[in-house]
Amino acid sequence: MKMKTLVMAASVAALSAGGAWAEEGKVKVGMITTLSGGGAGLGIDVRDGFMLAAKMAGNENLEVVIEDDQRKPEIAVQLADKMIQSEKVDVMTGIIWSNLAMAVVPAATAQGKFYLSPNAGPSALAGKGCNKLYFNVAWQNDNLHEAAGAYANDAGYKNTFMLAPNYPAGKDALTGYKRTYEGEAAGEVYTDLGQTDYAAQIAQIRASGADSVFFFLPGGMGISFLKQYANSGVDLPVVGPAFSFDQGILQAVGEAALGIKNTSQWNKDLDNEANKEFVAAFQEEYDRLPSLYASQGYDTANLLLSAMDKADVSDADAFQAALKEADFASVRGKFSFSNNQHPIQDYYVREVVKEGDVYTNKLVGPSLTDHADAYAADCKM
Amino acid sequence: MSLILLIEQVLNGVQSGIMLFLMAAGLTLIFGVMGLINLAHGSLYMVGAFAAAAVAAATGSFLLALVAALAAAALAGCLIEMTVIRRLYDRDHLDQVLATFALILIFSEGTRFLFGSFPLFLDIPSALSGPVMLPGGIQYPLYRLVIIGVGLAIAAGLFLLIARTRIGIQIRAGEADREMIAALGVDIAKLYTLVFALGAALAGLAGALVGAIQSVQVGMGEPVLILAFVVIVIGGIGSIKGALIGALLVGLTDTLGSVLLPLLFANFMEASAATSVGSSLASMSIYILMAGVLLFKPTGLFGEA
Repeated sequence: MKMKTLVMAASVAALSAGGAWAEEGKVKVGMITTLSGGGAGLGIDVRDGFMLAAKMAGNENLEVVIEDDQRKPEIAVQLADKMIQSEKVDVMTGIIWSNLAMAVVPAATAQGKFYLSPNAGPSALAGKGCNKLYFNVAWQNDNLHEAAGAYANDAGYKNTFMLAPNYPAGKDALTGYKRTYEGEAAGEVYTDLGQTDYAAQIAQIRASGADSVFFFLPGGMGISFLKQYANSGVDLPVVGPAFSFDQGILQAVGEAALGIKNTSQWNKDLDNEANKEFVAAFQEEYDRLPSLYASQGYDTANLLLSAMDKADVSDADAFQAALKEADFASVRGKFSFSNNQHPIQDYYVREVVKEGDVYTNKLVGPSLTDHADAYAADCKM
Repeated sequence: MSLILLIEQVLNGVQSGIMLFLMAAGLTLIFGVMGLINLAHGSLYMVGAFAAAAVAAATGSFLLALVAALAAAALAGCLIEMTVIRRLYDRDHLDQVLATFALILIFSEGTRFLFGSFPLFLDIPSALSGPVMLPGGIQYPLYRLVIIGVGLAIAAGLFLLIARTRIGIQIRAGEADREMIAALGVDIAKLYTLVFALGAALAGLAGALVGAIQSVQVGMGEPVLILAFVVIVIGGIGSIKGALIGALLVGLTDTLGSVLLPLLFANFMEASAATSVGSSLASMSIYILMAGVLLFKPTGLFGEA
């Protein structure tokens, strides 16, 4: 689908009329993210979080160019070429989906551009394919599922029915869950990507004799599954990664999500100063609650700003070292990079609750602490 | 697999087939009578779902929401028929595909403009929520049974409309020879608008009914549209009966394929590989069905040569 190209150039700092600024220290960021089509909510949150941090910092040396990839790999590749060749950006960021990241990131780093991932964390870029110029500020794809598996052990689940879409990130999800989960598998089902009716799978769950259900169905797929599951009369406990329970889609799921435990590296009630400031500022600016995607965009911008204070982007080695220090106040509290430049961080269990009229998540407790990813050992840098 | 599970899956297949029928009936009517390929049919489905969600949020009544979905989709159908579609009847199919594809984009971005990028909430009414116990100890969601009932009633209504009423005679005559019925004094432009609005209303109703158990979001119509095209190709273009049989075949093949194929492969493969291969093959199954039907009946099951 050749959608209208949404071109939005947002210059964070208005250039003052006579003000001369040094070319030195200036960083041009190219953000490619999904702003139209089915997955637009995620890209909009990442963009809004990123731009909020940029606005709050007020650093005039940061310039951001934003483009819409429409969730299509071929468009993302075209945009990346344009940004690198004609816009001459220094740093790239923004991609939501792993298949798009695989199409863009290796090419961008090969051309000497930094890439800071605010969301996608495919395993291929975490292990042997790691790169000095590639930083993941969110998580490696398996991480949230590993946290869900750890929670399932704590909750005493022994026989889980597992469900994920039939595509690479879906397989990573079940791999991640099984890496930490110690019980049996009552069933393992791959659904179609974009499937909207789960009656057949719910019937299988009912017949399987499972004691719990793990599912990874991001976006609209999760909405459909949860609504149908709640209406099916099957009342096994459900656990999943935060992707089906983020602020953007919870309102569309409604009551069906209440009480469900999900795992995330962030929640709006995480108790630290940076997070309180972020949540308040985000609501003030956009008049809605932030999602985990917004928190990742916000952290990505703050990581970049912290490195800009320490080094010049033209000196790639110094800038890379400055990024790797992760010397910024993350909304997640503790945050550092492991050797493959993916996060070492804590993961939490959250529960869906209703606050007034709004469905949101409440922190329940830790799931994994100081957790890195399983691929770091394969990374030779 | 137990018999109960099998019966439940057959019910699921029938229910998804009935929903497909509501989409495919409009599509096949429009193609049969006007000779028009309408890619924007999925957008009308989305319009119905969004109208229902908006009205349900404002009034809390599911019945009003359904009425709103019918009205909004029929209205949108009339509007695009009179402004765009009407100019396409004499053009070739490629022009029609291009123009209606443009309509998809306009509808999608227009909906995003009005409702934002986040999915909307639409829930089933509390009277229809929860499962019921069927004879034989089968637990089945009441709402899905209601969908089957509503769909069958609409199918019966359509058959009566086409076979027994004056409008139906005109529609059938329009399919057979449009110049002749125009010469006989039937206002063909009005008839076309009516048929298009009817098809649109059916799509809107399907969108609202399905939106209550799925997610109401921009772009929700396109996956269904592809299936609906498969249905009318299998059933025979222009045939309502074909659309019903085709929709049930596709619904059953899709549902039972996704359940039975992984089990079949599990007999001679390792479990997780069987799941993977079985699921991949299951998503191909309806296209294999379509190819098989076309091999023996190139015009579809009930199509006229």
